[in-house]
Amino acid sequence: MNLIPLLLVIPLAWALLSLLLPRLPLGLLALAGIVLQLGTAAMLWNDVQIHGASRYAIGDWVAPLGITLVADGLTVTLLAMTALIAVVCAFYAIFYLRAYEKERRYFWPLFWFLLAALNGIWLAGDLFNLYVGLELVTLAAVGMVTLSGERHALAAGLRYLYAALLGSLAYLLGVALLYGAYGTLDLGQLSSLLEANLITQLALALMTFGLLMKTAVFPLHSWLPPAHGGALAPVSAILSALVVKSSFYILARIWMDAGNALMPVSAAQLLGALGALAIIWGGWQAFRQSEIKMLVAYSTVAQLGYLMLLFPLAIGQSQQSAILAWQGTMLHLLSHGFAKAAMFLAVGTLVLAVGKKRVVDMAGISAKMPLALFAFGLASVSLMGLPPSGGFNAKWLLMQSAIQSGQWHWVAVLLAGSLITASYVFRVFSVSFQKDADPQIRPTHPALDLSALLLAAIAIALGFGAAIPVELLTLPEEML
Amino acid sequence: MSFWLPLLVLATSLVAALFIFTLPEERHALRGSFNLLAALVKIALVGWMIIAVANQQTFETRFTLIGDIDFVLRADALSLLFAGLSSLLWLFTTIYAMGYLEGTPQRSRFFGFFSLCVASTMGVSMAGNLFTFLIFFEMLTLSTYPLVVHKGTAEALRAGRTYLFYTIGGGVALLVGIASLHALVGHTEFIETGVLRDVSPDLYPALTAIFILLIAGLGVKAAIVPLHGWLPAAMVAPAPVSALLHAVAVVKAGAFGVVRVIYNVFGVEFSYQLGVLVPLAAVASFTIIWGSIQALRQSDIKKRLAFSTVSQVSYIILGLSLFGPIGTMGGLVHLLHQGIMKVTLFFCAGIFAETLGITRIRDLNGVGKRMPLTSAAFTIGAFGMIGIPPVAGFISKWYLGWGAMEAGLHWVLGVLLVSSLLNAAYFLPVIYRLWFARPAPEWPDEQIPAGRFETNPWLLIPTVITAAFSLGAGVFAAAAWSPLSWAELIAVREYLS
Repeated sequence: MNLIPLLLVIPLAWALLSLLLPRLPLGLLALAGIVLQLGTAAMLWNDVQIHGASRYAIGDWVAPLGITLVADGLTVTLLAMTALIAVVCAFYAIFYLRAYEKERRYFWPLFWFLLAALNGIWLAGDLFNLYVGLELVTLAAVGMVTLSGERHALAAGLRYLYAALLGSLAYLLGVALLYGAYGTLDLGQLSSLLEANLITQLALALMTFGLLMKTAVFPLHSWLPPAHGGALAPVSAILSALVVKSSFYILARIWMDAGNALMPVSAAQLLGALGALAIIWGGWQAFRQSEIKMLVAYSTVAQLGYLMLLFPLAIGQSQQSAILAWQGTMLHLLSHGFAKAAMFLAVGTLVLAVGKKRVVDMAGISAKMPLALFAFGLASVSLMGLPPSGGFNAKWLLMQSAIQSGQWHWVAVLLAGSLITASYVFRVFSVSFQKDADPQIRPTHPALDLSALLLAAIAIALGFGAAIPVELLTLPEEML
Repeated sequence: MSFWLPLLVLATSLVAALFIFTLPEERHALRGSFNLLAALVKIALVGWMIIAVANQQTFETRFTLIGDIDFVLRADALSLLFAGLSSLLWLFTTIYAMGYLEGTPQRSRFFGFFSLCVASTMGVSMAGNLFTFLIFFEMLTLSTYPLVVHKGTAEALRAGRTYLFYTIGGGVALLVGIASLHALVGHTEFIETGVLRDVSPDLYPALTAIFILLIAGLGVKAAIVPLHGWLPAAMVAPAPVSALLHAVAVVKAGAFGVVRVIYNVFGVEFSYQLGVLVPLAAVASFTIIWGSIQALRQSDIKKRLAFSTVSQVSYIILGLSLFGPIGTMGGLVHLLHQGIMKVTLFFCAGIFAETLGITRIRDLNGVGKRMPLTSAAFTIGAFGMIGIPPVAGFISKWYLGWGAMEAGLHWVLGVLLVSSLLNAAYFLPVIYRLWFARPAPEWPDEQIPAGRFETNPWLLIPTVITAAFSLGAGVFAAAAWSPLSWAELIAVREYLS
């Protein structure tokens, strides 16, 4: 039996179930469903590891007429990451949402729609399906941001929606241009067809702009902090860990799978420069925030900048350097996913316990909530890129790529990023160790701490076990 | 077994840390017993490895991390020098800390990070390549931060910021150095006599730059002037933490890293050929003199000891940068000697503060009669630092001087002489006050009344034992299992293989 369609069927079925039968114990039901999805993803991972990439044509119609789903090394890794983060977030949400009776009603259906859309993106083999996935992700994510129905949440959600729609529009325009020129949208077929002409360049530029918007790459990032910083903790975790990665994934696929030869080195350097600015600006803004969740949200803006370094390190450089860059970027995507989800969950627990949102309100918290703070600390280690952590290994690979291609300016950016990250995370620690403060806290369920710790531990474990995913993440065939 | 033993040694303190973190704050007895049990098990395991390594056996844990990079823990003679020191002092510092922190809050957090810190130190000592070394070196930074800011006062938090500023900056320099070396050579394995002997001379300038980066990164922790600024600031931490930072973990990790870089990465002969050793000796000499002068100017006991550390750790660096087996022995043996002597001195400083409320040197008048054992321990430690026989420090200085003569660097003798005089100038007045000055009518803040013991036995016993070690390491230097014999074993393996 082919496992690929199951990864779409399970979340869609559960979405409908949660929407139509809200009286069921949705949290427990969700946990069962997501464990099922995790098992499927693990089996598919194993399958791809042994037999290599596989394809699945829905209804046996092959491209360019039908829809083809592709599961290669990168896809299965992302599927597994999605399921793993989702299972922990669902577990967390069961306990966290006890304090949010009203929001619970729509949380679960949206959660499942979002998972279905994300899996759709990871598996999609052509540009149009990627578009459909993108739109569904946006709609579900905006819905989740506005769950509470409060003014600031609605405002943030609306801003998110506008930005995302503008991005989609640009992307769709690019897709239409390509279809007009080549008559196919299958990425595999396009890779051999694409020629360097004006239409193609324009189409790729439009798609890139749209995807940068959705990935919140500096200077198109301003919608992200209010949306991620204002949402409920498990929502923030999923948004920062998975949702923004989906549009980057498409961007990387388009350029590395199909348009690799078409991107001028100057454009690649420009994308890298945007990434560098994101790292510095996002880090500086994170340092300045007074609300702790906004600090974490700006940290996402900064960390997304690292992903952009893929382009200057891979395009126009030696093959070895390109492979290192690809592995480093994807490992960063994974580690940041786990670490940032852990951080949002930990911070969510802190805010829930203290009942206040500012960094200074966390004074003396290390005495009262050591485990949540410990999870925050482990996640910080990975975000700072200190060893042992997945974040460090990713940074090491990127650094090796930069040194081998003689691009020392990117080494400097990587190092500066670590220092800036250290400065804002230690701001939180410094406050938490304050002696005189005696914060009044509401007791929280130990499961909340446990979830955050688990995700943070995975980010750290990637410091030792990174070889397993990295081997699967080999470059798309065209580049080898 | 030879695969699992290094991991097991690491695990003893790692498991202790995790166990302690999850214990409720008020389970003091259980926490203490578990902590001591872990420390004893670790000493037994390290002892086992020491005997085996003396008989030419090696222990190695190795698996692939990413691509061509391995995670390697290896127990060779050099790693056991440091591992032996840290495991021994972990036991005594833990006992001392249990007495010192009695009745204070947040002990779970303290002992958890304390164990984590020792785990990192064991990793630093057994790391088999620079990459693995870096992992534990950074882990050490992170696990000591909560200890430095443990008191949570504004001053402690400020010191913590300074500490991070220096150590994370140092970590970045080290990372760049290691990453460049890896890109250049393809691996960073620690091998006796180094790995760079056969590289093409075109790379010499790049290698010199890498050497400087690596030493600068390590030099922050080893408190080489001008990278030492964090050390005096970190004195706000509780006494056992100071003892740990100065004698066992942090500065030693830096110095030990320098040993690894010179001997097992660059190779001592190649470093000499590259011409980086004499400048390093000059920097170390400057640090030795400068640290001593600063120590002389301090009126606070712990501050004076802190600057003394700055000076003393550079003896290790100086010994390493003298080309020749005798200098190597001097440097390596001082790694151990400075550890046991400095831990004794910090233990004493903590006892003076806890028992009588004394933190300033001028208040030490006549303490010798009230607290004879502590004062005697302090005197032994101070004599060792000055280099008076038969305390261990004398052996270090003897070999350093001899090594300098062998290497033909006669000016180093002058440095040793001046620094010994300065050491005497800042330690002898303290000793004079302890034993011969007339006591003030009242102690500044007497906390623990004189009973059967002069102070809390939890504090006194480890202090007396480490003082005895300082004496024993000097008196029995020629014995088979002394620090000196072990340093000789390493020097022989480095130069004759």
